[in-house]
Amino acid sequence: MKQLQANDTTTEAWDGFNGGDWQEAVDIRDFIQRNLVQYDGDESFLAGPTEATTTLNNKVMALKQQEREAGGVLDADNNIPATLTSHGPGYIEKDLEKIVGLQTDKPLKRAFMPYGGIRMAEDALEAYGFKTDPQMHQIFSEWRKTHNEGVFDAYTPDMRKARHYKIITGLPDAYGRGRIVPDLPRIALYGIDRLIAEKVADHGNVGDGEMTDSVLQLREQISDQVKALKGMKKMAASYGFDISKPAKTAEEAVQWVYFGYLAAVKTQNGAAMSVGRIDSFLDIFIQRDLDRGLITETDAQELVDQFVMKLRMVRFIRTTDYNDLFSGDPIWATLSMAGVGMDGRHHVNKTSFRVLKTLENMGAAPEPNITLLWDKRLPDGFKRYASKVSIDSSTIQYENDALMRNQWGTDYYGIACCVSAQPIADGVQFFGARANMAKTVLYAINGGIDELGKAQVGPAAEPIKTEYIDYDDFMTKFDRQLDWVADVYVNALNAIHYMHDKYDYEAEQLCLKNSRLDYTFATGISGLSHATDSLSAIKYGHVKIIRDEDGIAVDFKADNDFPRYGNNDDRADDIAKMLVKKLYTKMNTHHLYHNAKLSTSVLTITSNVVYGKNTGTTPNGRQAGEPFSPGANPAYGAEQNGALASLLSTAKIPYKYATDGISNTFGVTPRTLGNDISGQQDTLVNMVDGYMENNGMHLNINVFNRDTLKDAQAHPEKYPTLTVRVSGYCVYFADLTKEQQDDVISRTYFEAM
Amino acid sequence: MKIFEQEQSSVAVADETPTGFVHSIETFGSVDGPGIRYVLFLQGCRMRCEFCHNPDTWNQGVGDQMTSDQVLADAERYKAFWGTQGGITTSGGEALLQIDFLIDLFKKARAKGIRTCLDTCGQPFTRKQPWFGKFEELMRYTDISLVDIKQINPREHKRLTGWSNENIFDMLSYMLAHNKHIWIRHVLVPQRTDFDTELIQIGNYIKTIAPIVDKVEVLPYHTMGITKYEELGINYPLDGIEPPTQARVKNAENLLHTTDYTNYKNYPNYPKA
Repeated sequence: MKQLQANDTTTEAWDGFNGGDWQEAVDIRDFIQRNLVQYDGDESFLAGPTEATTTLNNKVMALKQQEREAGGVLDADNNIPATLTSHGPGYIEKDLEKIVGLQTDKPLKRAFMPYGGIRMAEDALEAYGFKTDPQMHQIFSEWRKTHNEGVFDAYTPDMRKARHYKIITGLPDAYGRGRIVPDLPRIALYGIDRLIAEKVADHGNVGDGEMTDSVLQLREQISDQVKALKGMKKMAASYGFDISKPAKTAEEAVQWVYFGYLAAVKTQNGAAMSVGRIDSFLDIFIQRDLDRGLITETDAQELVDQFVMKLRMVRFIRTTDYNDLFSGDPIWATLSMAGVGMDGRHHVNKTSFRVLKTLENMGAAPEPNITLLWDKRLPDGFKRYASKVSIDSSTIQYENDALMRNQWGTDYYGIACCVSAQPIADGVQFFGARANMAKTVLYAINGGIDELGKAQVGPAAEPIKTEYIDYDDFMTKFDRQLDWVADVYVNALNAIHYMHDKYDYEAEQLCLKNSRLDYTFATGISGLSHATDSLSAIKYGHVKIIRDEDGIAVDFKADNDFPRYGNNDDRADDIAKMLVKKLYTKMNTHHLYHNAKLSTSVLTITSNVVYGKNTGTTPNGRQAGEPFSPGANPAYGAEQNGALASLLSTAKIPYKYATDGISNTFGVTPRTLGNDISGQQDTLVNMVDGYMENNGMHLNINVFNRDTLKDAQAHPEKYPTLTVRVSGYCVYFADLTKEQQDDVISRTYFEAM
Repeated sequence: MKIFEQEQSSVAVADETPTGFVHSIETFGSVDGPGIRYVLFLQGCRMRCEFCHNPDTWNQGVGDQMTSDQVLADAERYKAFWGTQGGITTSGGEALLQIDFLIDLFKKARAKGIRTCLDTCGQPFTRKQPWFGKFEELMRYTDISLVDIKQINPREHKRLTGWSNENIFDMLSYMLAHNKHIWIRHVLVPQRTDFDTELIQIGNYIKTIAPIVDKVEVLPYHTMGITKYEELGINYPLDGIEPPTQARVKNAENLLHTTDYTNYKNYPNYPKA
C-alpha cells in the first residue's frame, strides 16, 4: 500500500467523494459538510490493537520509563538547529510502523530549537546535563538574532519589573508562542503542489505595489510559507512518500495529516502544538476504504492507534522554570472531536470512537489532549462511551460546542491550546501569560509595592492607611493598579508578537491556513477566585489589615463571614464577573498588534502553584505562598453547597470577554458519581449536559480517590500511566513535581458522605 | 377520614407557611435516589445510630430556616443537571420529623414537575393521628422513598439506634399496601450489621415486600464521619472498626439478592446499558 503509483491523479484520489466548492477552492469545511459519515451507535464495533501496535507501544512505554529514570530527557541534540530536513528519517521499528515520522532521527530524542531564544535552549540542555555546541552558541548569540533578544531589546523597564516580580507570568518571550491550529487535512485532500499554487497566487494578490509595512510583512510571510511547503515535501520524501498529490487511501490520508503535524513539531517548540480537528475528515477516507473492502475495522483502528502513538512521542526540551509553570512535559497536542454543525447535524463518527479507543488499546496517556466539543444533541452512545473513558482514565476534557460555535461563527474550529477555540481555516491567536489578579489586589492595598519583593513595582500610589479596609477606597486604588497591569501586560505582548513574527515565524504551520487571517489577542487571568473572595471579604467581612515593620500588609483578619465564589451565590459571583470585565475593558483601550481582537482567559495550567508561591497572603485568608486554585476554580475549601453550586459559579463568568477559555478542573470520587458504572456514566453525562446548558465553557473531569493519588505519590512505579487532568491539559501524575502533586492531592474532590 | 386529614393539613398550610430547619444542601447528590439530585439535609434525628456519619444533624430546631418556596427556587437553578431522572431528595437527620414542611415542599415540587424523593429511616412513623394522616398526604406527593433497614432484630435495633424497629416495618407494610415504591439500603458495619444470619433474614423480609422494592443497595460503612465526632466532642462508638472488605460487601449483596431488584432500570427514559 505504501508504494506510489506513477499514474495517480487528483481525480482518482477524490473518487467516490461528493463534489462541491471544496474542489474549486481550498475548503476543508465544505468537504466535511458534503461527505460526513455520522455514527449514532455505541462502541461495540471497535477493534483491539494489532500485534504490531502492541509491540511498538511496549517499546515506546519502555523508552518513556527510561526517560523518566534518566531524569526526564533521554537524548538531545546540541548542534543541529531543527528544521524540516535537519534530520534523516527516524523510526521506532520501521517494519511495524504504519504511520511514520519522528521529530529527530531517534525516538524521544529532543531537537535543538534556538530561534525562540538561545539562552532558553542552552539552559534547557544544561538542566538535563547536556552542553550546547560552542559554535551554535556563537551563531545564535553573535550572528543570528533570536526572538528572545528582540523582545528584550524592546521591553520597557516597567515590563521587566512586572515580569521579575511576577505580577505577569509566563510571557512567551524566550520560547515559541504556539497556539496555531494548522488545517492539516489540506495536505491530504489537495496535496502540497496545489497548496503551493494557491499560496503563489495569494502572494501575487498582496498589495498594489505600494510597499507598506503590512504589505511587506505579508509578502515575506507567504514566501516563507511556500518554502515551508516545499520543505514538507522533502521531509516526506525522506520517508519514501510523495505528498505533492492528494492522499488516495485512508492510510495515506492519516500519514499526510501526520506529516503536517510533524512539520509543526519539528520546527516550533510552542506552548501548545494543537492537532486541530481531524476525526470527521479522516473518517471519510477510512469509511471509503472500508466500503471498498480495502481495509477492515482492525486496520482502521491500527491507523488511528499508530497516529495517536506518534502524537504521544512528541518531545521538547525545556528549562526547569518552564517545567515549574507547565509540568510534566505537556505539548498540548490538542485533538478536538465531535460537536454539532451549523446545520444541526452532529459530527460524531466512528473515528471519534476510534480515537477514544486508543486509550484502552495503548493505555492511558496525557497526549493527545483529547477534547470533546460537547452539545446536548450528541448521540447517546457516544456520550456514554466518552463518560466511561473519563471514568476509566481521567484523560478527557469537555468544552461547550454551542457557546464556541456561536461566538466564532463557524463549526470548523479547533482548540488551539488547552481550551481556546480557533477557526481552523483562517483564525490565529496571539497568546501569552497571565496577569496575577490576586497580587493586583495586594498592590492596591500596598500602593504598588510588591508584598514579597518590597519594591515599588506598580504605580506609586497612596496605600490603604486605615486599619480596616473600606471597599470604595479599595476599589479606587485597585482601579489605578489594574490600569497599569493592563497597560504593561498588553504592551509586553505587543512587543512579543512583533518579534515572534520577525524572528521565529511559524511558516510551517501557517502555510496550512488561509493567507488572510483573523487575529485574536489572547491574554489571561490568574488568581481570580482569590481576588474575588478577597473583594468579597473586604465588602462583606469587615477586613482588618495586619502590617509588618515596613508597613506592608502581610495578613488580614475578617471580622465577619463573607460569601465566597463557588457557592452559586451572586454576591460573590458578581465580583468575579466584574473583575473579568474590568480587566478586559482596561486592556481593550490599548493598541493590539495586527489590530487583533482582544480576548482573555481564566485558566492557569499547573502554573497556579507558581503564581501562588509568588503571592503574599490575600484578604480571603489564603496564606502567602499557598497555591492558587487552578483556572476558574473556586478557592480550595470555599465550596459549601456541593459540586453543582460550584460549577454554576464558574458558568457565570462571561464567555464574551473570556473567549480564550474559562477552565474548570473537576475532581470527583467514583463512588460519588454512583454505585455502579452505568449509574456513574449517567451522572457524568447529565452533569456535563447541565453544565453546558448553563453556559459552562470547559470542564476537566478527574475521577479517582485521593488515596489513589497519595499511593501513587509514594509508589510511582505502581502507577506508571496514572493520568490526571490539570487546568487545560492532561499529565502523567508521576511526571509532576512534588509540589504540584501535593497541590493535585489537596484539590477539592467532591465526595459523597 | 382521609379527607378530614387533608383539610386539616391544608388549613395548617394556609395559616402559616411551614419552614424547614436545614442542616445543609448538596447540589450534586448522585447516590440519593435516581439521577442527579438536589439533596436537602434537614436538621434533627432521634436515633443515635452508632454508625451515623452525620452526628451534626442530630439536634432538632436548629439550622437555617427555609420555606418551601425558597428551597424550590434554589433547587430549580440546578434543573439542567437533572436529566430525565433527577430531582430533589430530602434527607437528614430524619426528614419525617419535619413532616409539615415536607408536605408543603413536595406538594409544590410536584406542581412544578419536580420529582421528589424521601430518604428516611422511618423512625417517626406512627398510625396515630394526626401524624398518620399527614404521612398519607406526604406519600401522595412522593415519587420514591429510600428506606434504611438497619437491623432486622428489634432488640439489636434498639441497641444500635436507641429505638425499636417495629414501626419501621409497619411503615413498610403501609407502603406495600399502597404501592409506594422504595429503594432499600443497608449500611454494612462489621461487628454490627454484617452477620450472615441477619442478612439472610433481611433478604427474606425484602422478598415479602418485593413488589414495591425497585432497588436494594448495600452501603459499606466508611470512616469519613469520624472527624465530625471529634469536632463535636462526641465519643466515636465504632472506634477501631474498619470498613468492610470487598468480599463481605459482595456477600451481603448476595444474601440480600440485590440483583433481583432492578425495577429502577425501568424508570421512564432510563438509558439502556
